[in-house]
Amino acid sequence: MPQWDLARSDVVLVMGSNMAENHPIAFRFAMQAKLRGATLIHVDPRFTRTSAMCDIYAPIRAGTDIAFLGGIIHYLLENDLWFREWAIPYTNIATIIEDGFAGPEGDGTFSGWNKEETRYSTETWQYKGLTVPSPLAEAWMETGGDFAERVSHMRDGPPPRDETLQHPNCVYQIMRRHFARYTPEMVERITGCPRDLFIKVCEAMARNSGRERTGAICYAVGWNHHTVGAQIIRAGAILMGLLGNVGRPGAGMLALRGHTSIQGSTDIATLYDMLPGYLPQPHALRPHGTLEEYLKVETAPTGWWAEFPKYAVSLLRAYYGGEASEANGWGYDWLARIVGDHSMLPISLAMDNGVIRGLFVMGQNPAVGGSNSKLVQRGLAKLDWLVVRDIAETDTATFWRDGHLIRDGEMRPEEIGTEVFLMPGALSGEKAGSFTNTHRLVQWHDKVVDAPGDSTSELWFVDELGRRIRKLYAGSTRPEDKAILNLRWNYPRDEEDEPDAEAVLCEINGYRCADGKLLSDFKDLKEDGSTACGTWIYLGVFPEPGKNLARSRKADGPEGPGTHLGWGFAWPANRRTLNNRASADPDGRPWSERKKLITWDEEKSEWSGPDVPDFPKDKRPDFEPDWSKKPKGMEAHSGSDPFIMIADGRAALFSPSGMKDGPLPEHYESVETPATNPLHPGMSSSPAAKRWDQHDNRLAPPADPRYPHMLTTFRLTEHHSGGTPTRIVTTTAELQPEMFCEIPVELAGRIGIRMGDWVVLSTERGEIETRAMVTSRLRPFRLPDGRECHQLALPWHFGWSGFATGDVANVLTAVVGDANTGMHENKSLACALRPGRLSRVQRPRREAT
Amino acid sequence: MPRRTIPDRAAEFLREWSVPRQMAGQDHRREAAEAAMARSGRPRTEKADSVGTSICPYCAVGCAQLIYAKDRRPIAVEGDPASPINQGTLCPKGAATMGLMTSPMRLDRVLHRAPHATEWREVSLDWAMDRIAHLTKQTRDESFVGDAPDGTRLNHTMAIGSLGGATLDNEENYLIKKLFTGGLGMVFVENQARV
Repeated sequence: MPQWDLARSDVVLVMGSNMAENHPIAFRFAMQAKLRGATLIHVDPRFTRTSAMCDIYAPIRAGTDIAFLGGIIHYLLENDLWFREWAIPYTNIATIIEDGFAGPEGDGTFSGWNKEETRYSTETWQYKGLTVPSPLAEAWMETGGDFAERVSHMRDGPPPRDETLQHPNCVYQIMRRHFARYTPEMVERITGCPRDLFIKVCEAMARNSGRERTGAICYAVGWNHHTVGAQIIRAGAILMGLLGNVGRPGAGMLALRGHTSIQGSTDIATLYDMLPGYLPQPHALRPHGTLEEYLKVETAPTGWWAEFPKYAVSLLRAYYGGEASEANGWGYDWLARIVGDHSMLPISLAMDNGVIRGLFVMGQNPAVGGSNSKLVQRGLAKLDWLVVRDIAETDTATFWRDGHLIRDGEMRPEEIGTEVFLMPGALSGEKAGSFTNTHRLVQWHDKVVDAPGDSTSELWFVDELGRRIRKLYAGSTRPEDKAILNLRWNYPRDEEDEPDAEAVLCEINGYRCADGKLLSDFKDLKEDGSTACGTWIYLGVFPEPGKNLARSRKADGPEGPGTHLGWGFAWPANRRTLNNRASADPDGRPWSERKKLITWDEEKSEWSGPDVPDFPKDKRPDFEPDWSKKPKGMEAHSGSDPFIMIADGRAALFSPSGMKDGPLPEHYESVETPATNPLHPGMSSSPAAKRWDQHDNRLAPPADPRYPHMLTTFRLTEHHSGGTPTRIVTTTAELQPEMFCEIPVELAGRIGIRMGDWVVLSTERGEIETRAMVTSRLRPFRLPDGRECHQLALPWHFGWSGFATGDVANVLTAVVGDANTGMHENKSLACALRPGRLSRVQRPRREAT
Repeated sequence: MPRRTIPDRAAEFLREWSVPRQMAGQDHRREAAEAAMARSGRPRTEKADSVGTSICPYCAVGCAQLIYAKDRRPIAVEGDPASPINQGTLCPKGAATMGLMTSPMRLDRVLHRAPHATEWREVSLDWAMDRIAHLTKQTRDESFVGDAPDGTRLNHTMAIGSLGGATLDNEENYLIKKLFTGGLGMVFVENQARV
């Protein structure tokens, strides 16, 4: 949802985020909603300024979000407070699931758990008699037999449904059974949130749902940073699905994120598993051998992803230009194949284990931001070479001089053989280009000033590196060098020798190969190799020469519709609210005048409204697929199936495919926790979580008495992620000059710690020292077994570089990840605390110059 | 400027003090609230010889900024009042953008630390680019795997990694992925999406 649309919400639940402090400008819209009468709710382990501004603050123990959200779902289902008219046609709540499905009520695992291989097989999670392809970047999954043949039955007829919701294995009945355990009593026992407060939250969510009212959730990495992070977000999505809070004004889930183009760098993925536009990176252990096989298994038979081959072939044409031909599979063979998880956490391990020998780091600071920082630093010390590109001397660039290996006396600089380059980069304003913000809005920034000295943009660096490497490979006839030599790499440079960023955006947008004519609609992309397109979802951002819509700056006036279609470009096709077909009822009429967005105009025979419809423009609401013809793609969706990217067109309250750790969210404790899990004490944490137990990444068992406290991490208003762009700025550094640890008053009193004292925190991975901030913002909790538990909280921005310094919080955290995303778990772990300092620390030998 | 005497300063204080001005009939919300400095001061943005649109480099809210420049150096960074996101406002980080662009800690030269060295040395951009291109090729050539022993196509190197992207432009991300994965066969390519 667009951030400004929050002002139209009737309830805003902020959870897993300290929105008022970390995204103050976006929080203005929540405050505007409050002024119009909306209820604001904050659910968080810490009392923050967000809590202070909200109508309800509900404290929970870190890592118990699913228990809390599951409790709300239970409350809605048992009291029949969900938005039935919306959820029955628009979600899979009536769909019937395979007979063999079993929930985790017994031993803590869903049906399909393979203990030996520690992973699930998803056969029993499927719609009865079908295999449903996931809408994620990887459709293929391991099933018996031919995957493409199995999923092709989605074209035979609609998935089996019982709209009376009586069938014992329809999603509604499965959800009722699953969430039956999430009673208000159990919510209080697991989360520590008082029952009456919890009920207040449930009532506010339920009260603001229906034809006339909508609600929104704002979350941040307080949800992501768990081994169950993806499932927490799923729980939020299920809640929104039940309440009809998707695709409507003032409705939806807003992910608040810390980096300016984190959305753009996921869309145009600098991620190991995806090619630009959410296309899967070919995988050596999947049926991806040839382009034909890849397209066969990754193309969904029904829904919009049936268009996949057009996007894949057009990307290959953008990558390999004229060298790509039908005969060589458009160059598919030149693409790198992945063989497993090559994400951030495995990168840390691969450096430490000597697999990675050279590393580029561009605008990132893994010595501070990487989990298990000492393991990261040991890895950096094993590299042959390291290229750091940033605006200042970062902690990562100086690990060999000032890092923990030196501080703790493990190594001397003379013993570290890494060759390090530190190159100055350029900021927005010093280079031209586009960022994509968290609500998919692509916004251009001009080059206005020169970056200092030898600073260069990454655009120049990568373009120049490509040119020089290609020169080194020139003339090679080795098959492995074909990809680099065949790459289309001819970006024009301006008079200052800077590559033309607009030329790159034009390639991202797409063009006709024959004459280079820019495309304006992704429906014009072709599978026959006649079009090239770098990122299909961005098509339309540069529809004709000289028309860079990311640079468009025409906001609506006060009397305008407030969708601001003329400000920037929102992918796809400038649609501001995704799934906005759901803002109309199945017949295409608005749910209410108050919550009107897109409606069916019978006269013009098209969808219309102040937003661009996220639906085929002329598809009638009463359209029904002709199943006798085995319809394909969008022909297999009815006119009232709003979710075009999902194979059956309906929101997946129950997720048959795509999730690696269960079709429904279940409360698991974090991998390290002082608590036991009352739902299934024998299966405390998620069985599918990624664990890499090695000597320098040890994990403490649950309820380990050596680590009695819960630890969470957080961010400060004045600092940015890994800290480089604020720790070097005098104003922000002065406002938050050093590291500290928030310690509850009760705990501080018990172990004799006063405000400002030095304290040492420790986990299985290491120890850090910092100053105590004794505060009542954190309160003691009762664990499920009745014991008292304290939570500590650390800002994680600090390191040894810059004006504002402090120890690195991530020394304490572990390399352990979410089964789906490989995301680490730095928002809930177990630690020990003692007063004093680290004895072995070698005090700084030099002052910062 | 000549040193001001105590009577001068007393007179100025009385002249500028809001209370007597209000008693003399000036509106306390208008003329009487105005200080001498406000009358003589001029907005610093007036000195700019150019202004361009920018986007805040910090979080993903995407606040629009106006960068005021003189002689291709920034003199002020303000929130863009036209933006439907920030409507001219900026948070403490965004408001520090000018401080970021002009930080005394900004790096402006390429630094190189030879293996086992205890200090940086300054090198030329051209030398560094050549050396990095050479090292990249060497590491790639020593580690590249075309096919697995069973004939499965791999076409990759596991020996070179890349981190970063979420603070960079879309166009930069596009080229990073294209060169590193599409050209060189690197699989360890990641950004801050998982941090």
